[in-house]
Amino acid sequence: MTTPREAFARTAGQLVDDDGSMALVYAEISGQYFADVERRHPRRVVNVGIREQLMVSVGAGLALTGLRPIVHTFASFLVERAFEQVKLGFNHQDVGGVLVGSAGSFDIASGGRTHQSPGDVALVDTLAGWAVHVPGTATEVEEATRLAVAGSGRDYIRVVEQQNQVSYPVRPGRFHVVRRGSGPVVVAVGPTLSTVLTATTDLDVTVLYANVVRPFDHRTLRAVAGGTPEVVLIEPYLAGTSARLVAETFVDVPHRLLSLGVGREELRRYGMPEDHIASHGLDVVGVRRAVVAWTGGQGPA
Amino acid sequence: MTRSLDALTRTTGYDDLPGLMSLMTGDEKHSPAATSTLDVLWVLYDRVLRVSPDTVDDPSRDRFYLSKGHGPMAYYATLAAQGFFPVSWLPAWATWDSPLGHHPDRVLVPGVEISSGSLGHGLPLALGSALGLRAQDLDSRVVVLVGDAELDEGSNQEARELAGAWGLDRLTAVVIDNRSSTWNEPGLVARRFETEGWAVTTVDGRDHAQLEATLSRRVPGRPTAVVAQLEPK
Repeated sequence: MTTPREAFARTAGQLVDDDGSMALVYAEISGQYFADVERRHPRRVVNVGIREQLMVSVGAGLALTGLRPIVHTFASFLVERAFEQVKLGFNHQDVGGVLVGSAGSFDIASGGRTHQSPGDVALVDTLAGWAVHVPGTATEVEEATRLAVAGSGRDYIRVVEQQNQVSYPVRPGRFHVVRRGSGPVVVAVGPTLSTVLTATTDLDVTVLYANVVRPFDHRTLRAVAGGTPEVVLIEPYLAGTSARLVAETFVDVPHRLLSLGVGREELRRYGMPEDHIASHGLDVVGVRRAVVAWTGGQGPA
Repeated sequence: MTRSLDALTRTTGYDDLPGLMSLMTGDEKHSPAATSTLDVLWVLYDRVLRVSPDTVDDPSRDRFYLSKGHGPMAYYATLAAQGFFPVSWLPAWATWDSPLGHHPDRVLVPGVEISSGSLGHGLPLALGSALGLRAQDLDSRVVVLVGDAELDEGSNQEARELAGAWGLDRLTAVVIDNRSSTWNEPGLVARRFETEGWAVTTVDGRDHAQLEATLSRRVPGRPTAVVAQLEPK
């Protein structure tokens, strides 16, 4: 089975083959996937070595000449290490580009904090105008990559190894209504969906699925929430990253919000991604326990 | 200031640049620091770069990236003198309604190719643009102006290494060396570029003939650096 990261790499290679205005910039990481396409297009596929701040600026510099760059490495080095390059290279220069950050919050569980980036979306979210893709399957990664490259704006794509069982179309600005109920609305972001569906299977909740979380689909959330909105937000990165947007959705009505996601504290534990998911309360048991407690303490008998 | 704005609008010569700068600074005379970039900028726009107000959107134009975005009066004066935007914009600079800030913004100012101010971004951006122009088979150059103290930023080293390794001969760095760096050591600026394989020339930063000759030079297979020496800050 193709992993999400492999799906990204294969798609990026195909896009470089098909479109002479595309460029791919990387910094050693993922080089195992790019050797062939780099041989075919040595001027548009650029490995800058272990130079992440340069990588981001090179992407922006390519964009200044009219090319459409994909810039890719682990999210921790792409967004966190080189944040000012993102801010000034893309936003302040007002050029477009596609940043693809892999490894996310805990793909590299045994690697420790240096290779984990639960704050990537929150950081990107300090800048205006970025579409933020949080694809939940390898299929969605491919679709998000194609869609982002076909555009001209600024796109951040978060590629992680956790996957849902079912893929949904990638439609920026639109959340999917996966299940309808009369109780709270649970917004499952990216690869949390399968967990959320299992955790809430016998609860009377509406489940929305967001594989593009910026722009935020206020309209669908508002439409399904009813008169006294109760919202559970479940994000595979820093808890509460999208809370401000839920507050914006319901700025004029009293509402309740529970934000689940990755905690701020460093765990200083290794193990597997599943261990981290469970520790942050993002597994089936944790999500169910949090939702049930928040909705009044008792789940269905 | 004795000359009127109208008179300045009709003139475009090097000798008018101090007057244009005075429209921003209010001073009749300018410190060496304020004019450290003036001669390099004038020679570039007047004699070297293939770019004009008519070609600011031409994909094959030469690019000039002012990385050292501090103290942009000389830059604005040069662009205005060359007709990229009206001289009448200068007096109100840095006010709410002016497109001219203390650091230039490419979105606001015609002819400005990058928005700068934070140091250490211009050379990396220029490297990316040089790659982009090469990938599109355009014969354009990218000239980036940096300050000697700006080279303290490590991002420049990342760019210097790759430009040298890749032999990007369409890329030129011009270093305004007025000994601004606290840890300055004579010759260090040139050595940093030479070590990475750049073709380096050190010139008098006020000598227009030397500047024109060195800034026009392209060396096949090697990026070029021009160290323009100026009065110590």
